[in-house]
Amino acid sequence: MQARPDAAAEPLLSVRNLNVQFRSNDRLLHIVRDVSYDVRAGELVALVGESGCGKSVSSLAVMRLLSDPTTTRFSGEVRLAGRDYLRLPESEMRRLRGRDIAMVFQEPMTSLNPLMTVGRQIMEPMLEHLDIDRAAARERAIDLLKRVGVTDPKRRMDQYPHEFSGGMRQRVVIAIALSCNPKVIIADEPTTALDVTIQAQILDLLRALVKETGVGLVLITHNLALVARYADRVNVMYGGRIIESGTVEDVLRQPRHRYTAGLLMAVPRLDLPRAARLHTIPGQPPSPARFPSGCAFSPRCGAATAACGSVPADTVTRDRRYACFHPVVDVLPQEGEHAAAGAEHTFGTTVLSVRGLTRHFHLKRRAVVRAVEDVSFDIPQGGTLGLVGESGCGKTTVVRTLLRLQSATSGRADFAGQDILSAGKRDLVALRRQIQVVYQDPSTSLNPRHRIASILAEPLLVHGLCKSQGEARARVEELLGLVGLPAEMAERYPHQMSGGQRQRVGIARALGMNPRLIVCDEPVSALDVSIQAQIMNLLADLQAKLGLSYLFVAHDLAVVRHISDVVAVMYLGRVVETATRAELFSTPRHPYTRALLAAVPSFAADAGQGPEAKITGELPSPLNPPSGCVFRTRCPMAVEACAKVVPPPVAFSDTHRVACIRV
Amino acid sequence: MLQFIGRRLLLALPTLLGVATLTFFMLHVLPGDLVETMLRAEGGNPSVELVAAERARLGLDQPLIVQYFEFLKGLAVLDLGQSHWTGKPVAEEIFSRLPVTLEVAALSMIVAIALAIPLGTIAGMYPGSTVDYAIRSFAIAGIALPSFWFGMVVALAMLWYFNWLPPLGTASLFKNPLTALQQLILPAIAVGYRYSAILIRMMRSSVIETMHEDFVRTARAKGLAMRTIIRRHVIPNSLLPTITMIGLEFALLVGSLVVIEQVFSLNGIGRLFIESVSRSDFIVIQGIVMVLTLIFIAVNFLVDLAYAVIDPRIQLG
Repeated sequence: MQARPDAAAEPLLSVRNLNVQFRSNDRLLHIVRDVSYDVRAGELVALVGESGCGKSVSSLAVMRLLSDPTTTRFSGEVRLAGRDYLRLPESEMRRLRGRDIAMVFQEPMTSLNPLMTVGRQIMEPMLEHLDIDRAAARERAIDLLKRVGVTDPKRRMDQYPHEFSGGMRQRVVIAIALSCNPKVIIADEPTTALDVTIQAQILDLLRALVKETGVGLVLITHNLALVARYADRVNVMYGGRIIESGTVEDVLRQPRHRYTAGLLMAVPRLDLPRAARLHTIPGQPPSPARFPSGCAFSPRCGAATAACGSVPADTVTRDRRYACFHPVVDVLPQEGEHAAAGAEHTFGTTVLSVRGLTRHFHLKRRAVVRAVEDVSFDIPQGGTLGLVGESGCGKTTVVRTLLRLQSATSGRADFAGQDILSAGKRDLVALRRQIQVVYQDPSTSLNPRHRIASILAEPLLVHGLCKSQGEARARVEELLGLVGLPAEMAERYPHQMSGGQRQRVGIARALGMNPRLIVCDEPVSALDVSIQAQIMNLLADLQAKLGLSYLFVAHDLAVVRHISDVVAVMYLGRVVETATRAELFSTPRHPYTRALLAAVPSFAADAGQGPEAKITGELPSPLNPPSGCVFRTRCPMAVEACAKVVPPPVAFSDTHRVACIRV
Repeated sequence: MLQFIGRRLLLALPTLLGVATLTFFMLHVLPGDLVETMLRAEGGNPSVELVAAERARLGLDQPLIVQYFEFLKGLAVLDLGQSHWTGKPVAEEIFSRLPVTLEVAALSMIVAIALAIPLGTIAGMYPGSTVDYAIRSFAIAGIALPSFWFGMVVALAMLWYFNWLPPLGTASLFKNPLTALQQLILPAIAVGYRYSAILIRMMRSSVIETMHEDFVRTARAKGLAMRTIIRRHVIPNSLLPTITMIGLEFALLVGSLVVIEQVFSLNGIGRLFIESVSRSDFIVIQGIVMVLTLIFIAVNFLVDLAYAVIDPRIQLG
């Protein structure tokens, strides 16, 4: 870690008692409450919190970008290099924006104008704010592209955003933010939409730029591990307030606020031994429309007392502050409640056995997309197989072919003595009842016009599992109880529930069929950290209680490690490594697996990753995959032989197979 | 590119065949006999023999299916046949009148686009404001008012307040542009207003949507002036759906033209169409429908080309 910026230095950006209120349907929503923080030159300050905590709104307020000034009210101060600009007229504010304070947004896919060349979009703020001509702006834009790691910048200047991948687009957005040498950059979840290897590239880049140029960076994120790996200081937000702040080491090692501590324990962590159960925070983050009075966290806090009904004052020590009546005094336990070392299950039978699954998509002009190529794995009876990989690796296609939502090009998948991939129509109905799905986004996978009762009852009646409405009704209540929802929820519509509750409904719907296998397609990636832990514990409980098997598809390795017994790692349509959880996370063999693990931000301060672990470049197109080993174009260990043959799986144990000739 | 044009031309063939078939059989379901109408118009009460002889001369005594294939055979060599009424080639009848109609159509389109883009953009920038309500009322009125009535009101108003009447006679836009423009501008306003109403609404909703796009937020974070953001980022992205609408609504424009030519006594396709209907001159009606279909296909082809010019994501082919 670089030298700590001088704490006494004048802050570049200084936010003091910022309050933001929205008027909505005659009510005044107080979304941001007395937020204060500083950003110094060369410092990376994180603003971390769950959805609805006010982190994005406060930074949009700092940028003065909240869309409708007539319904928004501000108070407080925001000083940039000593000058308060919160009350500047828009015409003057505009001159600061993009020049002195710039922003990088979450969605690189939509943050660029699709009809304008990338070069023009980078030149735009320069031509607006700086006294330079087009030729000079173009020179500088090319230079910026080079600096943010875009190869062949001269040619790329004249391309349009759709010709760039997500990671490359985010580099362009960063180049735009840098274009006028701003004093401060605000990055709002800059890597949330990106894959983990690309995320590491982008954040390494941002951190290097901060240290190199002395710009101050505000990093808004929900991901505590990112904070641990990249930030210097952290501000934890909850219910519109900053409830704890300090240096990253202090806050994450020894959180004082009950919420920070709870959040840290709810995250599955790769740097700690795996806990059998995740610590959870009960309830859900408050909606901005109804922040609780007093300490907003008190309704979910185990230590809350009557005193928590009033707003706690900040406790300020040397370099940190927190607002809690009952602060945590102990050091955070450095491992789960009871590490499950040695408690590895051994599984005898297999519930689903996939062999040589291949799916090609034929496009125009004889082009073939090899979405899935020769994939094999076994799901143990009563256990969980984690299928992990970055976007575009084919995991969704595997799921869709196994559910027969798509047909496979070749291969077989044996389930209960039958090949799913070739089952006839009638057999398929029975198979589908035994294999159920839980989808990623609970807000779009439930029909918004139906009550929960009818959403859950419909498949029961369709499959004839319940003969009458009354019988179905009783079963619905039983199912709701099974997933921990009160029976009254049956009368609700999906929009009247929180994300976590909707995901519970999704699970209840799957359970209704009494399935043997549940395919969980990224079931927790759309949920907040505290809710994610609740859902993962629920899935584990249901598995123990009902003897279910799971195919758990995810991109988050920490989540996969927590829930899986066996893991299959996919890259560009192929499985590159299969192993038990213990084998994979203690001795990863395939260079891709190792790179993936190295890219995951870890809480362990600067965990020493060997240079061989770094992964560069981007996923090649499945239209034209590399010959031989598909990973060789990005592999630090690749040799000439890798281009010649598709590496056959090498067995390291009965359960550990690696498709690489260099291990 | 060439491949794209080729494929579009091939795709146009089944469309044209479908239109030809539908038009032919629909017209023959209609009551009214050309020969009787024509002979009666010459006075007297024609004898049965005379009618039969005349029908035989025009080939109307043939079975319907034979007449149908005769029609298709003509189409294949771009021969639309002769008018049963005047005996002149249908193509000549149509093409002598087409320029006026196309001129009004083009002018109407210009009027419509000139109204729709600025008004739709302003309404979309401030949805729910007084300006927005005013523009939306203006657009609704355009849809609600029949264009012939609106055209008459405009003409009367010009006469009443400015004592101005469009010059009489026919003038070519190329030989005598000023006179021609004076003649054509009123019908173009009457039709263009109506046409613009739909485009305004499309542009408005498209601008509202674009204003919420992430790249507009990026543009604001760059510190660009609102005017620049609207001009450079919002309008180009909002034009795409509006342009599609221009192509689709072209059919409506043609419908309005038929009526407006009567009101302003312009001797265009619309006039010919109404005359031919009242004379039951099927051959001419079929010819007009075929020509208009071809123009409709051409306009939508141009719309697709425009799409590809504006949006780099669209590759023709």
